[in-house]
Amino acid sequence: MKTLTKAATTGLLFGVGGVYLALVGLLEMMQARPIVFGAVNLGQAVLALLALACGAVAARDAGPAFARAGAGLLGGLLAGALMALLQVIVATVPLQGMFIAASPALRNMLAFGFAPGPGALAMLLGGGIGGLAGAVLAVSVPSLRRAIVAGAAAVVIAGVFQELIQLMIQYEGIIGWIRDFVYTWQGLRPQGAVAIFVIAGGTSLVLSHRSSAGHVPSPDQRRRRRFISAGVALLVLVLMPLLAGAYIGEVLMLVGLYILMGMGLNLEVGLAGLLDLGFVAFFAVGAYTTALLMSGSSIGLLHLSYWEAMPIAVLVSILGGVLFGLPVLGVRGDYLAVATLGLGEIVRIVVLSDFAAPLLGGPQGVLDIPKPSIGSFELGSPVKLFYLTLVCAGVAAFIAWRLENSRLGRAWEALRDDEDVAQALGVNLIRSKLLAYGLGAAFAGLGGSIFATMLGSVYPSSFQLLISINVLALIIVGGMGSLPGVVLGAIALIGLPELLREFGEYRYLFYGAALIVMMRWKPEGLWPSEVRSRELHAAAGEAEPVAAMEPG
Amino acid sequence: MSAGPLAIPSVAARRGAARMSAVSLALWTVRFLVVALVVAGTIGTILKDRYTTAQWFEFVLFGLTIGSLYAQVALGYTMVYGVLRLINFAHGDIMMCGAFAGYFVATPLENSGFLEVHPVLGMAAILAAGMVVSGVIAVLTERIAYRPFRRVQGFAPLICAFGVSFFLEQTFRGLFGSSVKSYPAPKWEGVEFHWAGLSVPGVDLLVIVLAVAFMAVLYLIVQKTRMGMAMRAVSEDGEAAALMGVDVGKVIVFTFALGGAMAGIAGVFYAFLFKQVYFYMGFTPGIKAFGGAVLGGIGSVPGAMLGGFFLGLVESVGPSLFLDGIGIKAPYELRDVIAYTLMILVLVFRPQGILGEHMAKKRA
Repeated sequence: MKTLTKAATTGLLFGVGGVYLALVGLLEMMQARPIVFGAVNLGQAVLALLALACGAVAARDAGPAFARAGAGLLGGLLAGALMALLQVIVATVPLQGMFIAASPALRNMLAFGFAPGPGALAMLLGGGIGGLAGAVLAVSVPSLRRAIVAGAAAVVIAGVFQELIQLMIQYEGIIGWIRDFVYTWQGLRPQGAVAIFVIAGGTSLVLSHRSSAGHVPSPDQRRRRRFISAGVALLVLVLMPLLAGAYIGEVLMLVGLYILMGMGLNLEVGLAGLLDLGFVAFFAVGAYTTALLMSGSSIGLLHLSYWEAMPIAVLVSILGGVLFGLPVLGVRGDYLAVATLGLGEIVRIVVLSDFAAPLLGGPQGVLDIPKPSIGSFELGSPVKLFYLTLVCAGVAAFIAWRLENSRLGRAWEALRDDEDVAQALGVNLIRSKLLAYGLGAAFAGLGGSIFATMLGSVYPSSFQLLISINVLALIIVGGMGSLPGVVLGAIALIGLPELLREFGEYRYLFYGAALIVMMRWKPEGLWPSEVRSRELHAAAGEAEPVAAMEPG
Repeated sequence: MSAGPLAIPSVAARRGAARMSAVSLALWTVRFLVVALVVAGTIGTILKDRYTTAQWFEFVLFGLTIGSLYAQVALGYTMVYGVLRLINFAHGDIMMCGAFAGYFVATPLENSGFLEVHPVLGMAAILAAGMVVSGVIAVLTERIAYRPFRRVQGFAPLICAFGVSFFLEQTFRGLFGSSVKSYPAPKWEGVEFHWAGLSVPGVDLLVIVLAVAFMAVLYLIVQKTRMGMAMRAVSEDGEAAALMGVDVGKVIVFTFALGGAMAGIAGVFYAFLFKQVYFYMGFTPGIKAFGGAVLGGIGSVPGAMLGGFFLGLVESVGPSLFLDGIGIKAPYELRDVIAYTLMILVLVFRPQGILGEHMAKKRA
């Protein structure tokens, strides 16, 4: 009975999830992105994934094998039933006046191209089969399951990012031959998909076979392996724009910018524990200072070169950070977050207002900012600017890394854990906090400075709260207090959405969900710093007995 | 020397006068600048004499109207903060949900002519929709996003609340589109009352009276019912309340439902006043209402009402009173700056607010 209820609830929950994806417009948008050209698109893949996952979850701890299969089937059927219901409702009731995504195209997709009646049946059947398959997959041999998942994931990646991958393998000869075997210019070929599936699945099988032969990596080895993969990732980051051209250069430029800012906020939030949402304020200060100092338009002040303007912009940002930091020294925790949020909004409104327009250009912003140049070599293209950003990010990373284990870094960590105890132990609260604000602002200002010269113009609309949220989200997803985490977070949260352009509008939906999910299940982030994950696990271990004592 | 910013200069004082003077100098400079600005601006405005009495009356009335909405939203912040010690950052978006629900009821009612003929019934239906939808969504967010964090210290709950805020906004954008929807304007709401040369728009009056009535009901619920008593007990001391047999989980759910319903009403009124419904509409009023809640003393129900009204008044009267006098162009553009500045000043100088003396000790 309990198994049955659990399977039913799981099915209904997944069904609701599917209905949500459909109504919010994501399914229809995914449908436009093919995985295997002419055969499978991302929308169908997501539907299949939902059914499989539903079956697998419903079948978890359901006892004997046949009971698991039954649970998976039931879950899948129920989820399919909800989706089928949605399809029939969309077909019969004109919903589009309210839900803009409830279009005939969506109905058509949910009915697999059939009429409403047969379509509903097909969805129900599909859900059942998917759920059953998920349950079977869940009880199958782990290595086999892993191989199938790896193969499918490889196909999805190869299909979804086909444009980018094809761009990078524009060569003749053997590579050209492989490319033509796997891809047409429109997307993945079925034969290519099969080949990729077999290769990735096979590799996974072989690897899991070898690791099951009694070989457990020691922590030391694991760390070394991590550093090697980080090095490889960095190398790819450095070489990629050379291989893939201007568009990727632009995307990477943005990623680099956010890495830079992430490093700065990481010092404030990750190390010093000051949750700063006014990051965008100092980003704006840096950008506007650079713009005003460099701009050739009538609003420009000094027409300096970039190398003169940038240090001034960073200094002005630091000054701003310290000036704001002084009064808010005593504001703690959540209150600080809201106070800094207020600051960010104030800066945005002031920049936009008529009051500041004579100085800052109002809504039109500051135009005509020249590109930086070294001697007569102008850093004009995004790729060249990317390298500038990368160098800055490298310097920032070095500073952050050296600070982490310095006296100051330790003081910050003490501050983060308990302000009062830290102060009692002799940490100079005022100096450490002001340094944190100042350094955070410096990184933000540097980011803003690069941003200004990258765009060649600065508008108030570029300085939304969303920038602060972007930076915060990327260090949380990557792992608070972890430098490689910042890089990973920036690639995942800034780079990916740029590559999946058509999902741009759904980016913040994804961010919101990512923040909730990360905080709930992986608060230490994808690439946690060692200290932090140890802390969190220790805290979880202690919390359990307390929770057990709690009534209700 | 109990709370917040005061603690730092006092500790620093023991360690060295030089450092103390740097921080308190900064604080005193800020105090002085703000007071100087307000005084200079006020004198300047009075000397200029640009606005008529009727205009001032209009500013005050609008301030009270918008303040009544801030007060309603602030109640949700303050109650949730009381029982969970959590800033429910998504509360402004819960208000937005209520506005959307009201919109989807109001539009067909207006199109069919029902709202013109039966204003009371129609308004009741719209308000009910807003209340129910916002209440349900608030309870759902608690169940899904906040419940796992009940015993977690640090940033996790607040960051999760940001996530919820984004998720709600973007969900509504995805479901109903990103365009600004115009709220129906029934003819009866154009009524104006005239008295002693001053004109009072009927909508403002309606919003203020209804908001005050709803807040009175909420106050009675908190003060007189068993559940309200349990709520107050939990905000006083959650563990002790649990030991006395209060079902803390139920109280929390009830708090979210109550705060959500109140925000739903505020959302309907907000849309009613500004005639616009869009997915991002909850953000700014949400932050400001939080400012109001802190101003009144977070955790205090009367404080939230007071703080909300005060914030509304300052925001509405402030641009003309303080900013115009010192020669700032288009001061009305900067009204949000006044609201946010007020909020930051409260957070810096009086985090315990006007009425929240006892809460502040636990906070700091």
